[in-house]
Amino acid sequence: MRSWITGKEEKRFFIYLIWIFLSIYTLFPIYWLFLVSARTRIELFGHPTFFQTTFHIENFTRPLLNGIYGSYIFNSFIIATGNTILVIICAIFAAYALSRYRFKGANNIFFWTITNRMAPPAAFMFPLFLLYSRVLVVGDIRLFDTHIGLILVYCLFNLPFSIWLLKGIVDGIPISIDESARIDGASTLDIIWRIIVPLSAPGIAVALILSWIFAWNEYLFAATLTSSNARTITTGLAEFVTIIGTNWGEMAAMALVSVIPPLLFLGFVQKYIVAGMTFGAVRE
Amino acid sequence: MMPALVILVFVGLVPFVYVLYVGYFDWNIFSKVHGMSWAGLNNYRKLVFDSAFNASLRRTILFTVLTVSIEMVLGILIANLLMIKIRGINFFRAIHSIPLTVAPIALGAAWRLMTLPGMGPLPYYLQKMGLDFNIGRYAQQAFFTTVIMDVWHWTPFITLTFLAGLSSLPKSPFESAMVDGAKGWQIQFYITLPMLKPVILTILFLRIMDALRIVDEVWMLTGGGPGTATRYIGIHIWRVVFPKTDYGYGSAMSVIILYFTIVLCWFLIIIVTQSRKGVDR
Repeated sequence: MRSWITGKEEKRFFIYLIWIFLSIYTLFPIYWLFLVSARTRIELFGHPTFFQTTFHIENFTRPLLNGIYGSYIFNSFIIATGNTILVIICAIFAAYALSRYRFKGANNIFFWTITNRMAPPAAFMFPLFLLYSRVLVVGDIRLFDTHIGLILVYCLFNLPFSIWLLKGIVDGIPISIDESARIDGASTLDIIWRIIVPLSAPGIAVALILSWIFAWNEYLFAATLTSSNARTITTGLAEFVTIIGTNWGEMAAMALVSVIPPLLFLGFVQKYIVAGMTFGAVRE
Repeated sequence: MMPALVILVFVGLVPFVYVLYVGYFDWNIFSKVHGMSWAGLNNYRKLVFDSAFNASLRRTILFTVLTVSIEMVLGILIANLLMIKIRGINFFRAIHSIPLTVAPIALGAAWRLMTLPGMGPLPYYLQKMGLDFNIGRYAQQAFFTTVIMDVWHWTPFITLTFLAGLSSLPKSPFESAMVDGAKGWQIQFYITLPMLKPVILTILFLRIMDALRIVDEVWMLTGGGPGTATRYIGIHIWRVVFPKTDYGYGSAMSVIILYFTIVLCWFLIIIVTQSRKGVDR
């Protein structure tokens, strides 16, 4: 192949150049969030600069300590964690059942759960809003604007995802292990708890973390199904944009805060994120 | 199995049946009759001739075609780049996968801050180059900004998936091709891509479904504006139905979209499983 890059050294230099360019391109939006969050209102406008020596901490402290954003983050945390625990427990049983027992309609169930995951939330949000706020009402108790309501809704996309991720893993555990345990007198619950769970622990961890990230990042359901008590940080971010004017610095600060927890988790799942996000269809 | 099914029936099937039911009623708190009144297929009849709905559907499809094709090309190129072993490649790879965990809404906030006239760097430098960049004013700029934003967000997904597929391939076909004197692009087109067909189809499937669902980022960036330039189907339902509280009509819209999704999903699953049978097992 004719090429204007001749030497090996030059080729390597060229590749590094591409990588540095790509990394800057990838990191820039997040870096810009950081810059804006560190600036006062006056510093923001005019000639944009790319470096910052002073740090305007009020952008963080005001919404978090004095404002309502502390409780938004708390809500997000409760909802994401609660949802993840519920999802994983249900998913382990479901994955085991789908993997070990042949029953009629298993393929239809598969198709149906996948459709739930793939359907636009906009199509579900509307009936769910009606159900939560108008139909399923017992006296003063309704699911609208409660933590449990959102925890249940997030199962809509996290549960199919976890079931199919875990099913792939349980399928890989030889059935002979089950059988020999059963001969030794173990019940199905024993088998799941003592054999399946420990053997699929890495997969469970991935499903846990990715479900948590999805639940933490979700916006549309949180925005339509809550009003004040159970608002999450993502809806809080959207609330910054108002007609009277937006405090961009504080918005950037909160956006940055919402980005950090998933980023910390990324370190743990980076190797498995592909298998996770393609329902185990593609693996490394 | 039971607990999972119970929850999924509650959050998945019950709303679905309910929305089917409400779709046949006229339910609008501004209408003369209080509560629901039977409307038959009126809501659906209205929907077919609703030009705003159709326009938003077309816009969503255009958006999906554009983003997914750009992301596929870029993703495959970058995955090939990642296969070249240099020192520190894992570091670059980690950076490259960061967008995957960023909340769409935070991403929308970041892009909004970058494109805000008078503050963001993009309008400032584009102005210097002689381009009046204002996504609050120009429809096309807003549309393409959402495309670029989506490309930023999801190209890493394609890269990483494709990379996983690449590294799981057997070595021997490549070695024999090298021996036969095949050129780099020939190997790419005649060996790598056909062998990765199931992977590519899976990625395509997931990306198409996700691109059709887009709401959060665009909502934060433009709110569907200017005018209706970036009002994709999800945003359309949201903006049209909730302020108007036209529940019956909104249900009809949801049903149509769910129907499209199911058909598309079914179609794509068939393609994916077919290709998998041919190559994998």
